[in-house]
Amino acid sequence: MNVTLAATNGISSNIEELHGLPLAIRGLTVSYGEKPAVFSVDARFEAGEMTAIIGPNGAGKSTLLKAALGIVNPLSGRVSSWGQDVSKMRDRIAYVPQRASVDWDFPTRVLDVVMMGQFRQLGLLGRIRSNHKDDALTCLDRVGMRDFAKRQIGQLSGGQQQRVFLARALAQTADLYLLDEPFAGVDAATEKTIIAVLKELRSSGKTVVAVHHDLATVPEYFERVFMINTTRIAEGTVSQVFTEENLQKTYGGKLTTSRMSVAG
Amino acid sequence: MLLEALTLQLGYNATLVTIGSLLLGIAAGATGTFLFLGKRALVSDAISHATLPGVALAFMVMVALGGDGRYLPGLLVGSAVSSAVGLLCVSALSNRTRLSEDAAIGAVLSVFFGFGIVLLTVIQSMNAGRQAGLESFLLGSTAGMLWNDALVISLGGALVLCLMLLLRRPMTMVAFDPEFAAGAGMNVRRIELAVMGLALAITVVGLKIVGLILIVALLIIPAVAARFWSNRVGVVVILAGAIGGISGYSGAALSATAPALPTGPIIVLVAFLIFTLSLIFAPNRGILTAFLRHRDFQARVHVRQGLLALAQGQPIYEKLTLRLKQKRGLIRADSDATEAGRAPAARALLDERRWQLLRSDPAHEGAAAHYDGLTPLESVLTKDQLAELDRSLGPEAV
Repeated sequence: MNVTLAATNGISSNIEELHGLPLAIRGLTVSYGEKPAVFSVDARFEAGEMTAIIGPNGAGKSTLLKAALGIVNPLSGRVSSWGQDVSKMRDRIAYVPQRASVDWDFPTRVLDVVMMGQFRQLGLLGRIRSNHKDDALTCLDRVGMRDFAKRQIGQLSGGQQQRVFLARALAQTADLYLLDEPFAGVDAATEKTIIAVLKELRSSGKTVVAVHHDLATVPEYFERVFMINTTRIAEGTVSQVFTEENLQKTYGGKLTTSRMSVAG
Repeated sequence: MLLEALTLQLGYNATLVTIGSLLLGIAAGATGTFLFLGKRALVSDAISHATLPGVALAFMVMVALGGDGRYLPGLLVGSAVSSAVGLLCVSALSNRTRLSEDAAIGAVLSVFFGFGIVLLTVIQSMNAGRQAGLESFLLGSTAGMLWNDALVISLGGALVLCLMLLLRRPMTMVAFDPEFAAGAGMNVRRIELAVMGLALAITVVGLKIVGLILIVALLIIPAVAARFWSNRVGVVVILAGAIGGISGYSGAALSATAPALPTGPIIVLVAFLIFTLSLIFAPNRGILTAFLRHRDFQARVHVRQGLLALAQGQPIYEKLTLRLKQKRGLIRADSDATEAGRAPAARALLDERRWQLLRSDPAHEGAAAHYDGLTPLESVLTKDQLAELDRSLGPEAV
């Protein structure tokens, strides 16, 4: 077993203990060139909790999420989901990528996008039945976008697009929801809707992990926080870990005092 | 003559070519849509140019083995192999080096094509007896098409169509949002390769009719034309297949009406004609509707501004505004309001005042978002809401 930086930080490397965890990461290093974006990171995301991943720009937040999903290949380290390989747990994991990753002039309607979340149920040739459509419409309803079902996605505002992405993740009917900057560049109404849906998921026992950039709303939205700046800085409940000292460690000089005061 | 060609009455060869072109067009149009949606239109150019060395090498090998160098299935296998090598080169260059995909395409395309031309020259000087006529693969040549050739083309096209149907969902998802697709457990790279592999198959199958230089057009133009008409992937694919099929069928029929008309280029020109018509006349995305919509919008803005000016007794300087108002009988030649103009002017002013009041009140944020300077407030609020608004506006305004 590799001795990793993080393993000395008091995180248990006992595999048995990780079995119940929706997502556990050990000794993860991801590098795009020869500069690691994420270096030797341990992380554990508890079932039924809402966790924010925070850190400065380029700190590896999105990379951590992508590596957890197997979208990027790690240089080293392991990711497990309920004690198994992530590839075996795809049916239980939903993902909301960053909005910028998509061609918004693509010829597709809102409902079709949501139904992409049902791919694992439909398969290559499965017939789309009325219950699939009804399910997708229900997902749109939950994010307040049902009236837009027949619109071309390019006609939506940024916030509406984000809500459609969330509806697509809901259509995946998962137990673990991974979201990459769900609140980036959205209007206030959308932010309210999204957080309400996420809290609803949490109360029904789902696990929510979101990359988050707005420190001011961390205590209000999340109960756990994972702080990263290439390496893991801290991880735990908001009340324990979301401290000025840890924020200083995470953001270094990039953190302005006005942003810090919200954590106090 | 054209009618006879279109109804397949111009003899055996012309009929074979026309039917083959129809099937090729359908398969190319539908498959090419996924290349286009994945922003990989240019890859098909590299794929097609990379077929040439394979054609030449296959010819040489078959001659060396004592066979007929022009045996079509053999040539197609050769072209498929070298084209696949070219495709993998593009893929490797853009994935594993810092070269961007367009640079990789440019490099592979020119090198493979150049190599192919060199090989063709070598073949010309070979003592193989019969001249190969391999240049016909550059622009296609249907003159000596045989029943077996048509069969190869039809079966190949049908097979590609089946594979496309099988893979349509993953191909759509990967083209739209590769990260989500990967998160849902798809092998994105493999699916992108499959899209390009299908284009490769179409290229190989279409070598005989359209030739390697123009096959790109048959893969891309139908998709681009179809995109003007629909906002749904499924419909775009079907339309692209139809446009490709129509181009293939009527292009081949047209070229059969005169001895010197080349099939491939005519097919491409027909496809281009359909593209042009789509570009201009398609509803929503066509340039004609866009132009008319813009002009209509501009006129409404001018009329509204003019009405507001009239109601407030301000002079109008804009010539377009004056002309539009005169045409509608709202003002006289001396720029004063006509009888018919006064009432709408007053209405416009009232509407504008209501809007301003509404927009200054944060409680009406939702309704205020509808403000565009044109929409009458009556169409946004209910009668009761409007009456309430008018009460706070004061009696003198109404």
